[in-house]
Amino acid sequence: MIESGQLSWIIGAVFFSSGFIMLINMYSKYNDDIPQRIYTLLGLGGPALSLYLSVHLMLRFYHSNESLYYKAFTWLDIEGFKIDAALRLDALGVAMLSFVSFVGFIIHLYAHTYMKNEPSYARFFAWFNLFMASMFLLILADNPIMLFIGWEGVGLCSYLLISFYFEEEANVEAGNKAFILNRIGDFGFLSGLALLFIYLGEKGLDFASLEANIHLINTPMLNLIALLLFVGAMGKSAQIPLYVWLPDAMAGPTPVSALIHAATMVTAGVYMVVRFHFLYAMTEEVGLFIAYIGAFSALLAALIAMRQDDIKKILAYSTMSQLGYMFMAVGLGAYSYGLFHVFTHAFFKALLFMGAGAIILLLHHEQNIKKMGALKQKIPFIYAMMLIATLSISGLPPFSGFFSKDAILNHLFASEQYPIFSIALLTAGLTSYYMFRLLLLVFITPSQETPHLLPQSKLINITLFILSIGAIFVGFMNLPALFLGEEPYSLWLNLPDRHFHLSHSSELILLFVNISVALSGIYFAFSHYKQSRIDPSLSILDKPIKQKFYIDELYTVLIVKPLNWLSLFFVKVVDEKIIDAFIHWLSSGYQRVSYYSDAVQNGNVRYYALYMSVGIVCIFIYLGVS
Amino acid sequence: MVDVGSFFTVGILLFSIGIVGIISRRNIFIMYMSVELMLNAVNLILVALSHHYEDLNAQVMAIMIIAIAAAEASIFLALFVMLFKNARSLDANFFELLAQEKHHD
Repeated sequence: MIESGQLSWIIGAVFFSSGFIMLINMYSKYNDDIPQRIYTLLGLGGPALSLYLSVHLMLRFYHSNESLYYKAFTWLDIEGFKIDAALRLDALGVAMLSFVSFVGFIIHLYAHTYMKNEPSYARFFAWFNLFMASMFLLILADNPIMLFIGWEGVGLCSYLLISFYFEEEANVEAGNKAFILNRIGDFGFLSGLALLFIYLGEKGLDFASLEANIHLINTPMLNLIALLLFVGAMGKSAQIPLYVWLPDAMAGPTPVSALIHAATMVTAGVYMVVRFHFLYAMTEEVGLFIAYIGAFSALLAALIAMRQDDIKKILAYSTMSQLGYMFMAVGLGAYSYGLFHVFTHAFFKALLFMGAGAIILLLHHEQNIKKMGALKQKIPFIYAMMLIATLSISGLPPFSGFFSKDAILNHLFASEQYPIFSIALLTAGLTSYYMFRLLLLVFITPSQETPHLLPQSKLINITLFILSIGAIFVGFMNLPALFLGEEPYSLWLNLPDRHFHLSHSSELILLFVNISVALSGIYFAFSHYKQSRIDPSLSILDKPIKQKFYIDELYTVLIVKPLNWLSLFFVKVVDEKIIDAFIHWLSSGYQRVSYYSDAVQNGNVRYYALYMSVGIVCIFIYLGVS
Repeated sequence: MVDVGSFFTVGILLFSIGIVGIISRRNIFIMYMSVELMLNAVNLILVALSHHYEDLNAQVMAIMIIAIAAAEASIFLALFVMLFKNARSLDANFFELLAQEKHHD
């Protein structure tokens, strides 16, 4: 079937372009004359082809509820345990595919301009495309095992790209941090998969048969599985306690941050939870736990973001905060709202990162917002773009972030989880505060320094413009009943959301509350940063926030240091004093034995004859005795 | 009629003398003579057994051994001449090329 073949080529296009770039790049060691155009053609052509194919499939499947299945081959077939290398595209897949391929392609375009003068242009695009391929595989996988391959591929590529500038040690450490924390999460994920395999392996491991047979597992085990799978999501989607890699991941080039935060990687955790909705629908306690983790992550990240000075780190924490919203939603059963927030978030977060990247490029790689200022007159276009994205993330109508965030907040309120709701509301206020702090400090607040700006790139501005359209309008895709819509996005996704009734009047009040909270955040930001570049004091909270609540330090003391000691103990004591000592004792024994037995081999034939006759005599004695 | 056992006794004695000769004497000529002595001890036993069992196979073997020993003798003598030409010595202890190299004395 042509169409199901197309499914594999969505992955294949980026995968093979990545492979070709790597091959050509290897060949370029022997031949320096390979023009950059070839890499550009491959690096942008792959994602473009993927985008074309996915748009084609999306148009075909937008109206129907059927799903497209493609089986490449049977991967494993051992006595009833059967795993197919198969792909499936259903509504959920289309929802993810739409923005991953689109935003991903735009980021590739942007990255081409951003990385144009880098010597490792080819290496960058090879990994960038592989990143996309892994993400597509993750989205299209028909069983958790295939999903896990994509999951790991995403982790690997993030590691490679975060430590892209590997000449500096800090970047390598950041890459390692991301990789190791993701491995911790993966361990949980893999354990959950193994349990699923033990209980349901014989009945088929694809998502459809898992859904059909999930009721066969008893509830405590189901809770454990759901929890373990969520540990994986904690790592990938940077939630408490495995989030510390995300801010450090800013060590990579800005397009990498945009891709990680908008299209790939961090959304994988949310997607996985939504994909396993049949599992999480049966384990409401775990769902509540997820929602609380999301709430605290959102709040913590928003608090830390208030006092960061690095423009990319602020955005990193804001991503973590927004991911917290998504987990609050999916934890409380609002899968389509969570996914919708992933969707809108992809647009405005990519726009934010790309705008930030553009500013960083213009300012000769300056990232400290305290050293920027009053850039509005100089780069009005980028200012407009950043303003759109900031309004969107702050949740102000009619920008896209408003619709998704409002839907989530309403759901939180309606499900009567008031602690979570109030944390979410507080976070919404903080979000608009710290985002406008960023915007003001970069663009409005007067500053003494008049930085010299490099010329702007047209292509970057075009990509920003395209995304800004998305950041404004995609919210209308899920227009709620209050605005005379029917939530078409949720309807089409057709996920088993938990529905709670909320009267129109209370929805209206909530809407008012949400907007006024966001506006008050903006008001405070203006009152603090309109003229002044100094952060106002927060009394006792000042220092902990500035120091990111000492979480990194805590991890260092609790985990890194003991591990260091333990490994030092193993190296210095167990390895050197026990294992090596034993080996040395053995080898010195051999040496001593050889020292004495050496004398026997004196080269004198007469002695050899003597040994021989002694030997023969021994043999005869033995034969005689026996 | 002499008993086969006495032939055995003489053979074993001759053989032992040969072995002791090889081990204890340093002159290569004497060592070679000891080898010949051992060969002859074996021949003696073979012939005695052949007579005892009235089977000529063993005698054929003995004659073979004598012939081979004759050939050996010529080669050995040639070797000794060469050895003496090169080393001006026929002391067996002098030739110890096969010895382990001495590095820890």
